[in-house]
Amino acid sequence: MLQFNRWQIGFILFLVALGAYFTVPNFTAKGEAPWGFPESRVTLGLDLQGGSYLLLEVDTEKVLDDRLQSLTSDVRRALRDRSAEGRIQFSNLRIAGEQLIVRINNPSDLERAERRLRQLAGPLGGGIGGIGGTGRDIQVERLGDQRLAVSLTDEARAFYTDSAVTDSIEVVRRRIDSLGTTEPAIARQGEGRLVVQVPGDDDPEALKSVIARTGQLSFHMVDDTADPAAPIPPRRAVYPLADGGYDLVIYEAADVTGDMVTDASASPDPDSGGFQVNFAFDGRGARRFAEVTRENIGRRFAILLDEQIISAPTIQSPITGGSGRITGRFSPEEATELSILIRSGALPAPLTVIEQRSVGADLGADSVRAGTIALIVGFSAVIVFIAIYYGRFGLYADVALLANVLLIAGALSMLGATLTLPGIAGIVLTIGMAVDANVLIFERIREELKTGKKPVVAVEAGYRHAWSAIFDANLTTLIAALIMFQLGSGPVRGFAVTLGIGVVTSVFTAFILTRVLAGGFVLSRRPKTLAI
Amino acid sequence: MAFSLVPDDTHIPFTRFATAAQIGSLVAILASVAAFFLLGLNFGIDFRGGVTVEVGPAPGAEFTASDLTEVRSAVDALGLGDVRVQNIGGGLGDEAEGIVVFVEEQPVSPDAVPAEGQIAPDELQAADPADAGRAAEIAQQRVAEQVRDTLAGVLGADISYRRVDVVGPTVSGELVERGVTALVVAITMMLVYIWFRFEWQFSLGAILALVHDVILTIGMFAVTQLDFTLSIIAALLTIVGYSMNDTVVVYDRVRENLRKFKRKPLAEVIDLSINQTLARTIMTSLTTLLALGSLFLFGGDVLRGFSFAMIWGIVIGTYSSIFIASPALLRTGVKREWDERKAEAATATP
Repeated sequence: MLQFNRWQIGFILFLVALGAYFTVPNFTAKGEAPWGFPESRVTLGLDLQGGSYLLLEVDTEKVLDDRLQSLTSDVRRALRDRSAEGRIQFSNLRIAGEQLIVRINNPSDLERAERRLRQLAGPLGGGIGGIGGTGRDIQVERLGDQRLAVSLTDEARAFYTDSAVTDSIEVVRRRIDSLGTTEPAIARQGEGRLVVQVPGDDDPEALKSVIARTGQLSFHMVDDTADPAAPIPPRRAVYPLADGGYDLVIYEAADVTGDMVTDASASPDPDSGGFQVNFAFDGRGARRFAEVTRENIGRRFAILLDEQIISAPTIQSPITGGSGRITGRFSPEEATELSILIRSGALPAPLTVIEQRSVGADLGADSVRAGTIALIVGFSAVIVFIAIYYGRFGLYADVALLANVLLIAGALSMLGATLTLPGIAGIVLTIGMAVDANVLIFERIREELKTGKKPVVAVEAGYRHAWSAIFDANLTTLIAALIMFQLGSGPVRGFAVTLGIGVVTSVFTAFILTRVLAGGFVLSRRPKTLAI
Repeated sequence: MAFSLVPDDTHIPFTRFATAAQIGSLVAILASVAAFFLLGLNFGIDFRGGVTVEVGPAPGAEFTASDLTEVRSAVDALGLGDVRVQNIGGGLGDEAEGIVVFVEEQPVSPDAVPAEGQIAPDELQAADPADAGRAAEIAQQRVAEQVRDTLAGVLGADISYRRVDVVGPTVSGELVERGVTALVVAITMMLVYIWFRFEWQFSLGAILALVHDVILTIGMFAVTQLDFTLSIIAALLTIVGYSMNDTVVVYDRVRENLRKFKRKPLAEVIDLSINQTLARTIMTSLTTLLALGSLFLFGGDVLRGFSFAMIWGIVIGTYSSIFIASPALLRTGVKREWDERKAEAATATP
């Protein structure tokens, strides 16, 4: 058991060297790893380099609601359609929960009505090449002999939810990119959640307000004849004017919508001294806008963003160039934020921040310092203690500990893992616990020596008998680490990763590496007595 | 021999103290349960939801004592319910002194009135439960803004925001669920593992010890009222792993000795096994405590609660494998005939 041939020793040294090989790039500037060394390295977690972690929830119910709303008008149109077999009389068309229910006045029309509504069903995925279309989007059901229920199929619900989340990720990515942040990470989590991680010292509030605003933009004519305080005429709505401190009545129907805007930017406003937002329409938007402004000179139009009127200028002349500007004495930050929102398009559904963890860069730096000190002090204390306690064999264990740290660092770098402060704690703790295997072996050797065995025999017996306890002991810790990794989030995961890796590498270094050293010693020197 | 802390040949009759230890532990467990229900745990925002904002002074400046009082009265004036304002830092790790504000999760009534800004009125007033949920999340976010604005107002605009954590009701609920699940799954898997490796009698003793350790650690947090956060759950899981580790080493020796000394009374076998592994038990606890002590002293505020829990857990875990897990075998008994039969079979084969 103590004999190792040249190849085995070579392989053990090779593994340790591999750990060092993967660790090296961490000490060089990013992208400048020395020739022949890998580029993968340990990334510092947001708690160490500063940054914001945001968990956002997509309001998928809203998406399905919107679908049902637009389905309502489709149903209305289909039943009223005179072209085919004439109009079908119906009443009480309403949304009840996840269904759309309509009453057909004449039971004899039910068959026809059902057929027409079924024709509304289309393939999913917009029918592009039939790729996404694994199913139909709606289903029609009879409820008794006069009522029909229309609802989204399960596939449709899943499809719309899914594309809302995918689209949200796209929009959020565009917005964060326009902020000029370095290396943001945006990922989907579970059914309807997004994780946004942005390193750096940017203001998390600004980040949140750019990400989570819906950004629904539309242009409406203002009805200056109506009084916002009094009951308003039909097809009008009241919205507050930002910074104006009063409300305006506008026509509900939008003349131009945000999806017709192709670009937006912020620039100083030469007239007011504040900032303005410039925007450009696509062809359709430009035509519509020209038309509306030509017909309404002297009247006001409102620019509505997320249920708030951000500006309500009076039309001086037709705007035919396909571009315009929003003025409102904005600060540079406000103007930039608005232009980002307008340029990136609206979110398909409201996003809510449900968890935020922001760490300032200076606290991150403090944590790095504290973690490093704790690591160095803990490591030195254990090393000195073991060396004093077990003498020569303690030094072997120390070599194993050093190799262990190298292997952990190498493994983390190779995996490109994220190192968090709890992760550092995991390494420190592993150092303390990794000694356990050697303690088990050395104590066993002491016992074997006491029974009068020769050193070589005692060392061999010590390693052999300690193995089952070492295996059990490390497996239990590994189980705990795996559970933490499975069920934990952020910081707990970082801890689980280093603890888990540390457990595996420590078995190798403590059981095999020290055996090479101790075995080599007793076999070559054949000592009569053993100081352990 | 280099040197040794534990005398070479100990013969401490541990099982004789078993009854006393068990009574002591039982009292401690009852006290922990009582503390848990009477004092409660001081849940951090991970599990309770809410907002934490930590600020440091502007570069080159320092906070004065009056800053803290001013912040406290300004934050209290916001009327946000349970609010704590504390000084932190200035410890051994040379982190700058800071002020932390904790605000509890904001209850949302259906008719909550939104403040100005990005949230549309209908989102807050909706009667729909899904929308009410959103309103509750948004309310937490708004508190974070309010606290930040207040702090900037009192302490000046150039203070540094060292940490802003906001945990909404959805996430805090999930974290509680996940924490509890993790603990239960961990203990169950340990139980299954021991059951496969040893016999069920061992499994029972080991689980007793684990539950003992977890309850006493939770009790400690109830008594000290230290923040109970997600990292404490991580500590509890690690303690479970460690305590199991300790117990397994003793059990492994018990099993070995049961085969070696077939006629020896069980109590003597157990005592012998504990004594034989005592040096190892103490050494491993010491090195682990050395590492943890370093984390506790130098690892900064973030790791202090975690390392405290671990230190306590290691001490308790070491105690429980000696005084709870092993003597428990006396009560459950061990099937020794099985070992004999197996041993006979082994000798008969060649």
